[in-house]
Amino acid sequence: MNNKNLLNLIDITVSFEGFLALNKLNLNLKKGELRAVIGPNGAGKTTFLDVITGKVKPTKGEVIFKGKSLVGRKEHKIARLGVGRKFQSPRIFENLTVKENLEISVSTPKSPLNLINKSIKDEQLNEIERLMKIVNLAQKVDSKAGSLSHGQKQWLEIAMLVGQKPDLMLVDEPVAGLTDEETDLTADLLKSLSGENTVVVIDHDMEFIRRLDSNVSVLNQGTVLCEGSMETIQKDQKVIDVYLGRPED
Amino acid sequence: MSLGKIKFDKKIVLSFWIILIALIIAAPTLLPVFRLNLLGRYLSLSIVALGVDLIWGYTGLLSLGQGIFFALGGYCAAMYLQITSSSEFPNNIPEFFALYGVEKLPFFWEPFRSPVFTFFAIWIIPASVAGLIGFLVFRNRIKGVYFSILTQASLLVFFNFFNGQQKLINGTNGLKTDVTQLFGQMVGSESMQRIFFWITAVLVIAAWFFAKWVVKGRFGNILIGIRDDEPRVRFTGYNPVIFKTIIFSIAGGLAGISGALYTVQSGIVSPQFMTVPFSIEMVIWVAVGGRGTLLGAILGAVFINYAKSLVSEALPASWMFIQGGLFILVVTALPEGVLGWIQGDGPRNLLQRFGLKRKIETYPSLEVNNKEGNNE
Repeated sequence: MNNKNLLNLIDITVSFEGFLALNKLNLNLKKGELRAVIGPNGAGKTTFLDVITGKVKPTKGEVIFKGKSLVGRKEHKIARLGVGRKFQSPRIFENLTVKENLEISVSTPKSPLNLINKSIKDEQLNEIERLMKIVNLAQKVDSKAGSLSHGQKQWLEIAMLVGQKPDLMLVDEPVAGLTDEETDLTADLLKSLSGENTVVVIDHDMEFIRRLDSNVSVLNQGTVLCEGSMETIQKDQKVIDVYLGRPED
Repeated sequence: MSLGKIKFDKKIVLSFWIILIALIIAAPTLLPVFRLNLLGRYLSLSIVALGVDLIWGYTGLLSLGQGIFFALGGYCAAMYLQITSSSEFPNNIPEFFALYGVEKLPFFWEPFRSPVFTFFAIWIIPASVAGLIGFLVFRNRIKGVYFSILTQASLLVFFNFFNGQQKLINGTNGLKTDVTQLFGQMVGSESMQRIFFWITAVLVIAAWFFAKWVVKGRFGNILIGIRDDEPRVRFTGYNPVIFKTIIFSIAGGLAGISGALYTVQSGIVSPQFMTVPFSIEMVIWVAVGGRGTLLGAILGAVFINYAKSLVSEALPASWMFIQGGLFILVVTALPEGVLGWIQGDGPRNLLQRFGLKRKIETYPSLEVNNKEGNNE
């Protein structure tokens, strides 16, 4: 049964000097699924991504990805296994051009010898061109990524994530600071990525989550409070209490 | 856009190289021996500066311990010269050993009888030591100011060790090279110094092209990526430890070559090459010349050192103040260094301030990029 799932988080507990950031969190993802994760501030959403990507080692519990345990593996090894991550605020290489940023993400193998010796493969260049069209940055190929607008940076990072060809994409607040129009486009983009890829989206923006039209996991105090479609969770009394009804602040 | 991005005419580039090569060939006849020798020494220092630029300017690793690798290269060269010139001394070993009653050559001197071994040792030994130190430090994710402190501490360890080993390498006195023989000629002689000058000039250019090749393309972009956002590089699937170890090792190798050339032109290698101020000066040359510009590192090393000798001749003791002032000026007013300032919008901004140039009305990148975009 487990091998149908791309990712299993089993009883994950993360303790920061006694404070439980995650508390026996269980979560399973099927291949090709689009999953939204919401929760109030401090619910452990970002720690949850940190555990999967190897930034934080869980105090207890197991992370199984494609049948392999990820616990204790280095970040770059996990990334090479096929886990890609987009950060909350856009994390792109501002001193490199848009094209160079994408080159970094699509290049394989990621060894120094390959990078210094060989020029980039043609199919990778084609991939970069395709990505730049998808995120509307074709006009900006040779601009420094630092000169892009906030929305363009967000999209460049999403393009970099896609260029990595990960099996699992972890997307942390992709629409923070975007205009309504950009938010809609981003939602469509993420939806179009799922199916082939497995996508986890973390966000606060309920309109955006609704538009994703996916299963939603609600996190609270480091554990999964409720899972289901948007309608289901909106009717759930526990969710209304902690999150939807009255904001934590 | 900016000066640095202007594509120079091929003819201009060609004539620049012709003039440069002509100057290098003619330098020994244009300059008195004393000045030529100084220029040669400062040119050799520019190679260690190139290494500092690679690790600091591109990769963000501020090493305050490049003196270690610089001195190792110098010692390798000096050991070879000492041992090939020791035939008339007691026991056929370098003269200084007699002072401490040493009769047998220490084992690690043996391979330095071979010129081929020495040729490789000059850059491979410093590169390996750098690679080893680098790997241990980077693997433990030590970075930023802790990395700088650690490199400085290593420098002190090496300094104290070399300083105290009279019986092995003549301790604090160092190894003299100017009275040794190389291919039947005195190393300190005028004709040898002229040859060393040419070798240095050629190697500076070679090192410059090598460094340009290293930072060009995707490898260099990863280095910049590590400097600006290392975790992001990691989450993209690259292992920064390997990249940092490689570049630190390259910088160590360059420092070794630089140290060897400096030693044969200054006539001695001693633990003074591993003092704390000297390694910090290397960083200052790069900061003043322009971090991440490569050419700035070369120019910074040569001009600051030449200025140092000129100022010291005219006003002894005032150089330290000038050097300190220069560093403060660069940190506060020209954070990109002189060359970085010229290549950026510095000159235009200055002209604007004096009303000599019209302000740009649009976003500077807009026009340029649209043009480039259409070409795609």
